[in-house]
Amino acid sequence: MAEPHGATALSARGGATTGPVLEVEGLTSSYGPVRALDGVSLRADAGRITAVLGANGAGKTTLLRTISGLVRPTSGTVRLNGEDITKAPVEAMVGKGMAHVPEGRGVIAELTVDENLRVGSLFRGKVGKDEFDRIYDLFPRIAERRNNHAHTLSGGERQMLVIGRALLANPRILLLDEPSLGLAPRIVAQIFGLLRQLVDREGLSVLLVEQNARSALSVADVGVVLNLGRVVVTDDARTLMADEDLRHAYLGF
Amino acid sequence: MNVTLTGLTEGMVYAAFALALVLIWRSTRIVNFAQGSMAAATAFIALSLIQNGQSYWVALIVALASGFVLGAVVERVVIRPVEGGPELNAVIVTLGLFVAIQALIAIIWGSSFESFPAPFGLEGFQVGDSRIAFTPNSVFVIGAVVVTMALLIALFRFTRVGLAMRASAFGQEVARLLGVKVGRMLTLGWALAAVVGSLAGLLIAGGEFVYPAYMDSLIVFGFVAAVLGGLDSPVGAIVGGLILGLALSYVSGYVERGSALVNVSALVILMVVLLVRPGGLFASSVARRA
Repeated sequence: MAEPHGATALSARGGATTGPVLEVEGLTSSYGPVRALDGVSLRADAGRITAVLGANGAGKTTLLRTISGLVRPTSGTVRLNGEDITKAPVEAMVGKGMAHVPEGRGVIAELTVDENLRVGSLFRGKVGKDEFDRIYDLFPRIAERRNNHAHTLSGGERQMLVIGRALLANPRILLLDEPSLGLAPRIVAQIFGLLRQLVDREGLSVLLVEQNARSALSVADVGVVLNLGRVVVTDDARTLMADEDLRHAYLGF
Repeated sequence: MNVTLTGLTEGMVYAAFALALVLIWRSTRIVNFAQGSMAAATAFIALSLIQNGQSYWVALIVALASGFVLGAVVERVVIRPVEGGPELNAVIVTLGLFVAIQALIAIIWGSSFESFPAPFGLEGFQVGDSRIAFTPNSVFVIGAVVVTMALLIALFRFTRVGLAMRASAFGQEVARLLGVKVGRMLTLGWALAAVVGSLAGLLIAGGEFVYPAYMDSLIVFGFVAAVLGGLDSPVGAIVGGLILGLALSYVSGYVERGSALVNVSALVILMVVLLVRPGGLFASSVARRA
């Protein structure tokens, strides 16, 4: 894997398409007395999908929430494009190029589809209509529903909406929490296929948290297996897929 | 006819006050019992200015502006520390604030009855050879509420701040993750609600007497109107206010000794609505997610 170098670290979003976008080192955090993360280190590169896998309770969601500042770590650092963002406020993250799509879809049910998308671009000031059109081209199904209230959408449409909304923030890295949850396999394949395209074409980095290890590994470049808050193994997704013992022990398939 | 006109005018004021409660409930899930005394405080500020020779309009603007500031300060200083805690804490805090502000008004301005001027005439329009109960001041009251509501709708619907406020109200965490400064939006929400509440307080005071507790009945009526409409729905608050205004006006106009029954009627209406439609008339069926 490419080593971090100065040019990558300094370039703003839309710059280099290789090298680490996100570096997590020794991240430890607790929910009350329970230690949810115990010295987790990982990195997510531009142009790659990194999948964090593990059973329920392995700390996957806490990891994403700690990275984006919703949960404060007791120790460890998070660096985005080389900048230490461990203590940055949650509201500032998206401006630094990180968009976190939380678990459970996170559509704002009371707003229309179009308004939901617009919330994703609020922090950028005026955003051209062409950018909205681009999102609607990616997800024709939500384009048809743009003036409907978001609570009328199906699960798959909601997932498309929140990913589209995050893309409107123009991120360098997308954090996705269980995007496949409760969706039909066909829809999951469609969404993952689209992510793959975005990553390959635009050098986006994706950090994907999934319980559905099989689907996740089929689309990811790198897999990180988490168990009880610790990283068990980090390896090439295909290697992990081929490792039967590991799959049985931690991934449940 | 007369009874209907009176009901409409009063209903508009209830609607405005209910809207102030709904704005806060929507964004912070708090029933702001202090809304009435906050509005009363701004009315006394207006009264001081008027008694010192300022025009009604200057006093009105200053009062609304001080409502804005008061709303923002209350949210920042008093409400923010209890937000996110048990819901009852915030409710008790607003109740405490209600009593405290009322006491403060009594200390600063005294507790005697003071007459509050109306900006327009209080004599009914001449229709044919009789005067109706619709006065120039009623026109002003209705107009002021309608304009305020139109402005609020435009703010929420068509501006970026309005969208950020709605996103903060309905999806706090998501809004934060998308870079919306949610704390600021909640403060702004309280400030705007206090302006609307203050407007209701000034309108109801016009041509009447004010004293520290003069808003108490409006709190009850505004709350009933807000619940009628489902607490969550601004349109519901407006319709609820009008329904209540008309209903109470009919009770006091057509029922023998009805004026003594007004308060009871408000509670009866509230009970019936809660029994038949516990969510209110305009409750949205949207399931709320965190």
